[in-house]
Amino acid sequence: MLEIKNLTASIEDKTILNGIDLVVPDGEIHAIMGPNGAGKSTLSYVLSGREGYEVTGGSVLFNGQDLLAMEPEARAAAGVFLAFQYPIELPGVGNANFIRTAVNAVRKARGEAEMDTVAFLKEARAAIKRLSMPEDMLKRNVNVGFSGGEKKRNEILQMALLQPSLALLDETDSGLDIDALRIVADGVNAARGPNFSALVITHYQRLLDHIVPDRVHVLAGGRIVRSGGPDLALELEAHGYAGLEAA
Amino acid sequence: MAAITETRETIDRLAESGYQYGFETAIDMDFAPKGLNEDIVRLISAKKQEPEWLLEWRLKAYRAWLTMADPAWARIMHPRIDYQDLHYYAAPRAPAPKSLDEVDPALLEMYEKLGIPLNERASLAGVAVDAVFDSVSVATTFRDSLAQVGVIFCSISEAVREHPELVRKYLGSVVPAGDNYYAALNSAVFSDGSFVYIPKGVRCPMELSTYFRINARNTGQFERTLIIAEAGASVSYLEGCTAPMRDENQLHAAVVELVAHDEASIKYSTVQNWYPGDADGKGGIYNFVTKRGACRGAKSKISWTQVETGSAITWKYPSCILQGEGSSGSFYSVALTNHRQQADTGTKMIHLAPNTTSTIVSKGISAGHSNNTYRGLVRIMPKARNARNFTQCDSLLIGDQCGAHTVPYIECRNQSAKVEHEATTSKIADDQLFYCRSRGLSEEDSVGLLVNGFCREVLKELPMEFAVEAQKLLAVSLEGSVG
Repeated sequence: MLEIKNLTASIEDKTILNGIDLVVPDGEIHAIMGPNGAGKSTLSYVLSGREGYEVTGGSVLFNGQDLLAMEPEARAAAGVFLAFQYPIELPGVGNANFIRTAVNAVRKARGEAEMDTVAFLKEARAAIKRLSMPEDMLKRNVNVGFSGGEKKRNEILQMALLQPSLALLDETDSGLDIDALRIVADGVNAARGPNFSALVITHYQRLLDHIVPDRVHVLAGGRIVRSGGPDLALELEAHGYAGLEAA
Repeated sequence: MAAITETRETIDRLAESGYQYGFETAIDMDFAPKGLNEDIVRLISAKKQEPEWLLEWRLKAYRAWLTMADPAWARIMHPRIDYQDLHYYAAPRAPAPKSLDEVDPALLEMYEKLGIPLNERASLAGVAVDAVFDSVSVATTFRDSLAQVGVIFCSISEAVREHPELVRKYLGSVVPAGDNYYAALNSAVFSDGSFVYIPKGVRCPMELSTYFRINARNTGQFERTLIIAEAGASVSYLEGCTAPMRDENQLHAAVVELVAHDEASIKYSTVQNWYPGDADGKGGIYNFVTKRGACRGAKSKISWTQVETGSAITWKYPSCILQGEGSSGSFYSVALTNHRQQADTGTKMIHLAPNTTSTIVSKGISAGHSNNTYRGLVRIMPKARNARNFTQCDSLLIGDQCGAHTVPYIECRNQSAKVEHEATTSKIADDQLFYCRSRGLSEEDSVGLLVNGFCREVLKELPMEFAVEAQKLLAVSLEGSVG
């Protein structure tokens, strides 16, 4: 369970998060919507531990642990996964090698046995098949020369193999055509279960047609200004964000 | 499977942390007195029971050395070396072993500890090893199986005795005795090294490898390696190097000569991990090395691959002289410096004949307070019609206290030549580091992964077993460079 209490954060002395309160129970998927500059990406970076974001107040507990005190790699080991809005290219680093190294780092930190190459490739190929991705995705360098859609799918592949208990999906739908969108959504839906929760950050309702959220929150001006069921997303689609900040 | 297990164990040892080879082995040694003069040169020659012509050759080199000054053009700094304060010969006192069974167990144990088993049954499959300890070769494995196809692989001292005609014909034919300050010094006092001869048309059936170990204190290591590939022959050769951790600097001045005849190919790989000194720059090896290959025959090929992570100072420029029509040379290099290490390294590609080609791929990684310079020469001579060169020099900076420098020299005297040079300098980006860490990798593992990615083009040129070792070595050498 993720419990965010009165979280405030700034970048270079500019306040971006202005007192966020949010609880995501195990097994639930929550959507975060909101206009540009509302602090959606900042929230995902603060939760995953990126440098350059200063937490100025509040607390974040993840399964009872103080998430904000942990290094990014420790958060990954604890089960947090960030699907990047703009996945990063790693020249010369093979995708299979990268993911296997990550999987084993996380397994090791959790006190589980490491996976050998053969076992890993077997799982990776199965995941690729499940997600209808091209097999050569494993052989290429991490995100190098990938199309926008391929990069997003690669994030979902990593999520499938790392098996996080909390996924932060930062505008994973942006720049995707409808087929890619469905693949990404299938990936998230396949992970659904009592031990998986997710924060789906998105601008658009259309992703939520495929990933039906338990709750929808509207982030504006660095605060959650409205929360509701899946219908809230439809309402926003119809009326826009105008007037929400004042609400 | 034995080979894989062996490699894995080697890597485990490598990965443990820090410089793993810093131990010293207690062996009863025979030293020449400190200092350098004609008597010392004569003593070395006499110890090795050399013929008169070789003694004369050494003395000529010594006299040439006396008239020379050490080169001042490289971007390296060190206190003056007192050449009279060194031992020029150090060897285990026991008589030279005739077979592996006679090798001092303490030595076998030391090589075992280094991950270089000299017992043929335990060896890496398909790799023959010549082990050089201080001034002498202590063992060469798989000689008999190599001899069956006519390949000669032995220490150079032995080659002087057993194959004097070959040694006399080729020694100094690529790197003349008076070529440069350190080469002249080496020619005067070289003590041992490896000799390889691949007869006409033979493809050497296994990887050949020499493992150099400096053990004795206040001793210079001056090895000399000579590799000859006759027409149509091919060989892949690898050298590795380590030394104990000491507070004082030690000198290593080697010479390597390669000769490739018509359509022959020589691939020479180095994984250099001499002791680099401590984090403050105390101690470490001065590595002043001259390596040069002559592509004498038409369509011959020489390829240098080096992974340089050790030594306090590295000064080396493995080069190719492209004499044969259509011959080609290549140089793939990773040079990593951390803490106070200094590296000034690169290559020379001398195009003498028509249709010759050369490729240079250099990856320099600087961390800590280190300085890393690529220095390379591409020279196209008037007769080298349609010569081509492609050069790529990439530098990666880790932290903001280190330096990376690229100094290319291009001399073109034939209008039909094509010479390309590309250079980049980059840093490990914060977002790359965060991406890796958000997936669960520690900061150091992330840097190691990114650095290995940066070096991929070079690492893939190494024989597979050693590529894995080199990757681990890069990660270990970067310890303490981040955070």
